[in-house]
Amino acid sequence: MKPTDIAAPDYFHKVVDCQWACPAHTPVPEYIRLIAQGRYSDAYMINWKSNVFPGILGRTCDRPCEPACRRGRVEETPVAICRLKRVAADFKDDITQRLPRPSAKNGKRVAFVGGGPASLTVARDLAPLGYHCTVFDGDPRAGGMMRSQIPKFRLPDSVIDEETGYILGLGVDFKGGHRIESMKALLAEKYDAIFVGSGAPRGRELDIPGRKEAAANVHIGIDWLSSVSFGHTDKIGKRVIVLGGGNTAMDCCRTARRLGGEEVKVVVRSGFEEMKASPWEKEDALHEDIPILNFLVPTAFVHDNGKLTGITFQKVKAEYDAKGRRNLVPSGEPDQTIECDDVLVAVGQENAFPWIEQDCGIEFDKWHMPKVDPKTFVSTNPKVFFGGDAAFGPKNIIWAVAQGHDAALSIHKMLSGEDITERPLPEVYISSQKMGIHEWSYDNDISNDKRYKVPHRDKVIALKDIRTEVELGYDVKLALGEAHRCLNCDVQTVFSTSLCIECDACVDICPMDCITFTENGEETDLRQRLKAPSLHPDQDLYVSSDLKTGRVMVKDEDVCLHCGLCAERCPTGAWDMQKYLIEMTQAGSTCPTKSRSAA
Amino acid sequence: MTYIAKPKFHHPGLKKNELGYTHRDYEGKISTLCAGCGHDSITASIIEACYELSIEPHRVAKISGIGCSSKTPDYFLGNSHGFNSVHGRMPSVLTGANLANRDLIYLGVSGDGDSASIGFGQFAHSIRRGVNMTYIVENNGVYGLTKGQFSATADRGSKSKKGVTNTDNAIDLVAIALQLGATFVARSFSGDKTQLVPLIAAAIRHKGASFIDVISPCIAFNNHAGSTKSFDYVREHNDAVNRLDVLVGRDPIAVDYAPGTVQMVEQHDGSRIALRKIDADYDPHDRLGAQTFLARHAAKGQIVTGLLYVDPDADDLHEHLNTVETPLNTLEADTLCPGSAALDKFNASLR
Repeated sequence: MKPTDIAAPDYFHKVVDCQWACPAHTPVPEYIRLIAQGRYSDAYMINWKSNVFPGILGRTCDRPCEPACRRGRVEETPVAICRLKRVAADFKDDITQRLPRPSAKNGKRVAFVGGGPASLTVARDLAPLGYHCTVFDGDPRAGGMMRSQIPKFRLPDSVIDEETGYILGLGVDFKGGHRIESMKALLAEKYDAIFVGSGAPRGRELDIPGRKEAAANVHIGIDWLSSVSFGHTDKIGKRVIVLGGGNTAMDCCRTARRLGGEEVKVVVRSGFEEMKASPWEKEDALHEDIPILNFLVPTAFVHDNGKLTGITFQKVKAEYDAKGRRNLVPSGEPDQTIECDDVLVAVGQENAFPWIEQDCGIEFDKWHMPKVDPKTFVSTNPKVFFGGDAAFGPKNIIWAVAQGHDAALSIHKMLSGEDITERPLPEVYISSQKMGIHEWSYDNDISNDKRYKVPHRDKVIALKDIRTEVELGYDVKLALGEAHRCLNCDVQTVFSTSLCIECDACVDICPMDCITFTENGEETDLRQRLKAPSLHPDQDLYVSSDLKTGRVMVKDEDVCLHCGLCAERCPTGAWDMQKYLIEMTQAGSTCPTKSRSAA
Repeated sequence: MTYIAKPKFHHPGLKKNELGYTHRDYEGKISTLCAGCGHDSITASIIEACYELSIEPHRVAKISGIGCSSKTPDYFLGNSHGFNSVHGRMPSVLTGANLANRDLIYLGVSGDGDSASIGFGQFAHSIRRGVNMTYIVENNGVYGLTKGQFSATADRGSKSKKGVTNTDNAIDLVAIALQLGATFVARSFSGDKTQLVPLIAAAIRHKGASFIDVISPCIAFNNHAGSTKSFDYVREHNDAVNRLDVLVGRDPIAVDYAPGTVQMVEQHDGSRIALRKIDADYDPHDRLGAQTFLARHAAKGQIVTGLLYVDPDADDLHEHLNTVETPLNTLEADTLCPGSAALDKFNASLR
């Protein structure tokens, strides 16, 4: 293998698994260390800069970082990154003085369709640069799906108000209750750029016999959730069936439990394991006495002269073809009818753009989705950008934020007369953490603690009030314990070939057997010859250039604890622990020295 | 010295030996030696050898004297018996322990100061008595704990860190061990674990006095130009006569050897050593030949390493003394002291 180029920003970025997995690339270990030091406001601001909604995401994020967390490969469970984010939000001081000031307007006007996470992220990036941002939303208050679809017992309004308020406070003009009905009309208002962040607002229909007749008691999940959110709906029947296995279904069933649903069941077509809902959301539903029945395909709504009485299900089983694809085939068992008073259909969401006329210069593909460039987020109309669920279909908040940052950069570049396909490289800082012979500026003593549980409110109390938040969040002590579980993966092991005397001290001390000195070879061959088996080929090998004996140093990054013992036991300083901080380029970042092509 | 304890976590894919232990289970406390010390590599090699042999830790007694090397038993086999004795007195303590309980595996760990100076006589007598043990000298040619004076194994003409030339002749412990009748004699280098680990494993399986001289560079005081015990010097002058694999039980021979290049040595306990020859003419069963070979190469400034001599059918001190099979420390009082009638009978037989 060729010697690893550690100067390439991506190499060490990948080692910080959580940050690499996060769509917004939030520097997770950096803010977890600040939490451990009690510097909650600093931790919050790192988050705010990167993911805009720390308090909201700290309660609701889909957490792609946690399955990626190295700790999950070292022991059973990853660090509770998401809930530590909430800790920063819960315990911070007033941070308003740290926010950017509304600046003098530069005369350019940007319109936003929808006031959800994608639009607000773009507006937050652009407003401080002097753009006049106008956000239109059909709902009276900002937040989009964060406000309408996420139940209040998971995400209180106060948190949404606070964090959308920080953005609107930058001088962003919010036009609530103003739904955009025509793109043509909006274009006619001569905005310099338009950002569409209107989400995926339409719940998928379940067109099976009885749907029309029983319509009074069959509700589309996301519409029903938003109706509950705005107080239009405050009760439901005693026996409720929720159809669907995603996170919306989990929100529906738990909401139903709080509105009078006594026997609430979730029924899914797939197996329990393959459900789309995050494991912790399934756990929360089960904890609230909601059974999840699997391998049942709804075939008809049963009704008595238009009054819903139940649903008939066909029993299926999973079969896998030669390519490993799963097919659900009838199991041959008799159909099952489950009685109920109300049904919530949460079988998916769709995009809908009835308000975009055909002659706006915005082309759509065969799935009726706008043609959007996945790097710049520009549509076929160079002034119109899309982001969030509106761009590539339903995902989640953190993806909307990440796409918002990229779209904001494009808009800023376009309106500065620059080529939007030229994307500036991220800023990277790397610095030694050595304080003394065996002292480091980070806590390298690895905690053996298991993941701390987030305290929950007593179930009896929680189920009584739909606005009572279930999770209480970590207290300071629990947060400290959990923060110590972080392995500081951003403190990198940096190797200097010229200093190494091949004494093997690092090999002998490494608790994870990460380091091998051996003859060089092709990657597949090298992976066979490591001191401990290479379990994850997607984890990089760090390879040095040739050493004095002709061998090379190979480090499997996979399960390195970043404990720094290699550097402590190295007599020549050939190993050093260096903190690597990468900041993704956002609109207005100044460091356009090198750039990579978006093509 | 590292302040933190070595993390408990280990690589999730670590292999386990027959006892269900990983090599990490054979570790001791974290080393307090200087960073990069060759002794730590020897420690790691002992750990690896014991892991590979699936040795039950409670069956090992590790005994040492005084010095950097003699501190190392604290860093391996944390669940074994240990005795940190007086300077240079490890061989006596080990001999006594071995006589009291012949069932344990004895690991004597010493250094060049401990064995070639203050304990030179002790070393000599434990070897000539054929105590069943593995005697490892961690040889760095320097008194590290007292800041770098030449030890008795420093080569004449080699330079200290301050630039002083050594005018005394060196003691070659391997040559002495051969001369005193050790039945397993090897030399190796802390920077070459592929050679050292099987040597330790073979020595542990050997019945009789096994002696391994391991050159172990002292990073702090003896790893400079002009030293003959530095990483660079040893790597440049290392003349390995063979490499070996230790085969225990019915292990199939995992490595494909070219015909004629391997010599199988079956030891007393049935374990086999597959010796891959590097020097085709070297015969590890020829004590005299080994002595000559060593002397000739030493004169050329070469450091001969590998398994230099082995007598697979050797016997040990217990056989010389005709002791009972049962360890003396488990014999009951009436067996050990059968009474005055038995004594009278015995005395009568000598009249």
